Amino acid sequence: MAEADLPNGKSMSIIITKGTLDWAYPPFILATTAAAMDVKVTMFFTFYGLGLLKKNLKLSVTTLGNSAMEMPMMGGHMKMPNMMSMLPGMTGLTSSMMKKLIKKKGVASIEELREAAELSDVRLIACQMTMDLFGYKPEQMVDGLEYAGAATYMETALKSDINLYI
Amino acid sequence: MADQLLDAKGLNCPLPILKAKKQLATMGNGQTLEILATDPGAVKDFEAFCRTTGNKLAEHSQDGSVYRFVIERVA
Repeated sequence: MAEADLPNGKSMSIIITKGTLDWAYPPFILATTAAAMDVKVTMFFTFYGLGLLKKNLKLSVTTLGNSAMEMPMMGGHMKMPNMMSMLPGMTGLTSSMMKKLIKKKGVASIEELREAAELSDVRLIACQMTMDLFGYKPEQMVDGLEYAGAATYMETALKSDINLYI
Repeated sequence: MADQLLDAKGLNCPLPILKAKKQLATMGNGQTLEILATDPGAVKDFEAFCRTTGNKLAEHSQDGSVYRFVIERVA
């Protein structure tokens, strides 16, 4: 959609640097909601955030370095000790617990939000440098991406009303 | 009676807003969309959505844990 078509004429850019299940939510929720509110949105995916543009997502969340993480357990909420992340299979367990909770509470999956972003013409930019650095191939990634770098981001950011780094 | 109905009960942020926007986009100017939601955050969010997009929040009521909104599409 051309900028002129949007009634409020506002724009937002977001840099996404993290690719875990928990860090994936804020950028996709804000991007899709902004687009629904007629804001022109650009998302720039770099470093670990770039993984969120892969066709097949296998997102996980870990207790490691995440000492605020609590999970509902036995009717209450339990802090998840950092130490637990050392146990084999623990990241898989915390990830599947989180995904169950997401479903139970009627929260959208990242796949759904990403699809909503695509359908609402959010501009998705994949960092070309990170593609090279991590050896990702365009055929692994979702369709409709722009491959570009920092100057492209800057040009957009300089014209945007809101710029976020997540 | 609204022109269209959106049942967003059980859905959490931002899905009620995203689904409302999607449905409003298919409707004509002046038509109304009735939305049912259970997300308590939807109350503030639909007010903000309407103020920002220029659509009119024609009605807003609550029946137990179900929130009901009627949005009139403007522009």
